[in-house]
Amino acid sequence: MSRLIDEITARGVRMGLPITVHMDVTYRCNERCDHCYLDHDDHGEMTTAEIKRVLDQLAAAGTFFLVLSGGEVFMRQDFFEILEYARRLQFDVNVKTNAVMIREAEARRLRSLGVRRFQVSIYSDDPAVHDGITRLPGSLQRSLRAMRFLKEQGMYVTLANVLMRQNMHDYAGTQRLAREMGIDFALDPTITPMMDGSTAPLTLRIPTERLQEVYRDASLGPIGSEACGSDDEDVQGNASCSAGHASCYISPYGDVYPCVQFPMPCGNLRHQTFQEIWGDSPQLAELRTIRVRDLPSCSSCGNVGSCSRCPGLAYMEGNMRGPSTADCEKSYARTGHASVNLLAKMNNAATTASPKLVQIQL
Amino acid sequence: MSERYIARSSAIAARLLEGEMVIMSALDSTLFTLNATATAIWQAADGRTPLREIVHNAIHAQFSEVPGSALQDAETFVEALAQHGILLLSDQPITDATALGASQ
Ligand code: SF4
Ligand code: SF4
Repeated sequence: MSRLIDEITARGVRMGLPITVHMDVTYRCNERCDHCYLDHDDHGEMTTAEIKRVLDQLAAAGTFFLVLSGGEVFMRQDFFEILEYARRLQFDVNVKTNAVMIREAEARRLRSLGVRRFQVSIYSDDPAVHDGITRLPGSLQRSLRAMRFLKEQGMYVTLANVLMRQNMHDYAGTQRLAREMGIDFALDPTITPMMDGSTAPLTLRIPTERLQEVYRDASLGPIGSEACGSDDEDVQGNASCSAGHASCYISPYGDVYPCVQFPMPCGNLRHQTFQEIWGDSPQLAELRTIRVRDLPSCSSCGNVGSCSRCPGLAYMEGNMRGPSTADCEKSYARTGHASVNLLAKMNNAATTASPKLVQIQL
Repeated sequence: MSERYIARSSAIAARLLEGEMVIMSALDSTLFTLNATATAIWQAADGRTPLREIVHNAIHAQFSEVPGSALQDAETFVEALAQHGILLLSDQPITDATALGASQ
C-alpha cells in the first residue's frame, strides 16, 4: 500500500469512516472455477435502484475507495449504469473481473467513465491449465486480450493469480507474462471454504513444501493477506487489519460484513441504512474492541511480528480472536517456526474432525 | 493581466475528509490531500469564476488580509493539479460538461 493510501486508511480508522468498501454486485458468473466459494444462483440481488441508494449512502459516509466485484460484474446488464453512477459520486473505482466480456469498445467506455483500476483473475499462462480451472474454453485468450485493451486505454491493470494445486507450478510463467504485458502481478494462495460451509475447496490448497518455496521467492511482492497490512500504528497496532474499522464488504443481497473474507453478518441494507449498520451494529462494535495485544494465542506467538493473521479466516474457524490455522501454515512456510496452534493441529490431525465453519448464509 | 479560469476534471475521485479534500487522479493514480484553503479553491472551480476572484474569496474566508503573493501561490498550486489532469486551466471560461466533476 502506498504511504498516502495508508495514511488515508489510518485516518479512516481514527475517524471511524468506511474508507474502502468492497461490493459484490452479483454472484452469477460465466466461469466455474474449481476453487470458487460462491453459490452462483441469483437469490434476489439488489436492483439497480437499491445499489444506487447504497452508493449514495456510502458517499455520504465518506467512502473513497470502491471495489466492485462478483461473481462476474459484467453478468449484470446494468453494470455500466452502476459504474456511471458510482463515478458521478466520485468514488475511486477498482473493478475485479475475469474480463472475458470486455472488448475494445467496453474498454474505451470504461476509460471514459474514469475507472482507474482493474484486477483480472488469471490462473496460468498455459491455456490448458487456466481454462481447465475456469471450465470455460478459450477464457485465457479472451481475458488476456481484454487486459491488453484495458492497458491500451491507459488503465491500471493487475493480474491476480490465485494459487492452488492445479496451477502451483505455473506462477513463475504467469508472473513473467504479467511482466511482459507491463502490468502488476499479485499472488494469493488463500483458498476459503464455500459459502454453504463446505470445506471441499480446501483440498485444493497447495502443500506446505510448495508454500515454503512461494514465501521464500524474493521476486514476489506481498502475498495474500500480507497485502492487507499497514505500517501505520493505528491500523497495525490496535486492529488486526482495516476490516470493520475502515473497510467492509457488501454482498449482492445487501448483507454487510467486515470483509469478503470475514463472513460475520452485521446487518442488511434492505432493512437498515448503511450508516445505521456501520455506526450501530453490535457485531462491528465487538470487532472494534479487539486489540492485537489481547489476542489469547497470537499475542504470545513467536510469529506475531511477521504474521499476516486474517481475523476473517480465524472467524471461519469459529473464533475471531483466535489464530487462523491457514495463517499459522503461512507463517510456518515463511519463518520455519510452527506456532503452538499449528503444532496442536498437526498432532491432532489424525483424530480431530474439521473445524466447525461459520459461513455466509443466504 | 488576462483572467484565468479553472474547472474540476471529471477524471478524478474525490471525498471531503475532516475538512480536507482527498483527490485521486484516474489518469496517473496520483493522490492529493488539499488543505482547507486549497479545498475551498477546488470547490469553487466552476469554470466560470475567474481564478483571481476564487483565490480572493477562499483566502478572505479564513484570513482578514489577503497577501499579495496569494494569487501567485494559488496559480502554482493550480498548475501542479492541472499537470495531473485534476484541474483544467484556461484563459477562457470552461463550459465543457465533461470537465466538470461534482464539488465533492
Ligand atoms: S479480514 Fe482478512 S482478508 Fe479481510 S482485510 Fe482483514 S486480513 Fe485482509
Ligand atoms: S502464526 Fe498463528 S498463532 Fe501465530 S500469530 Fe499467526 S495466526 Fe496467530
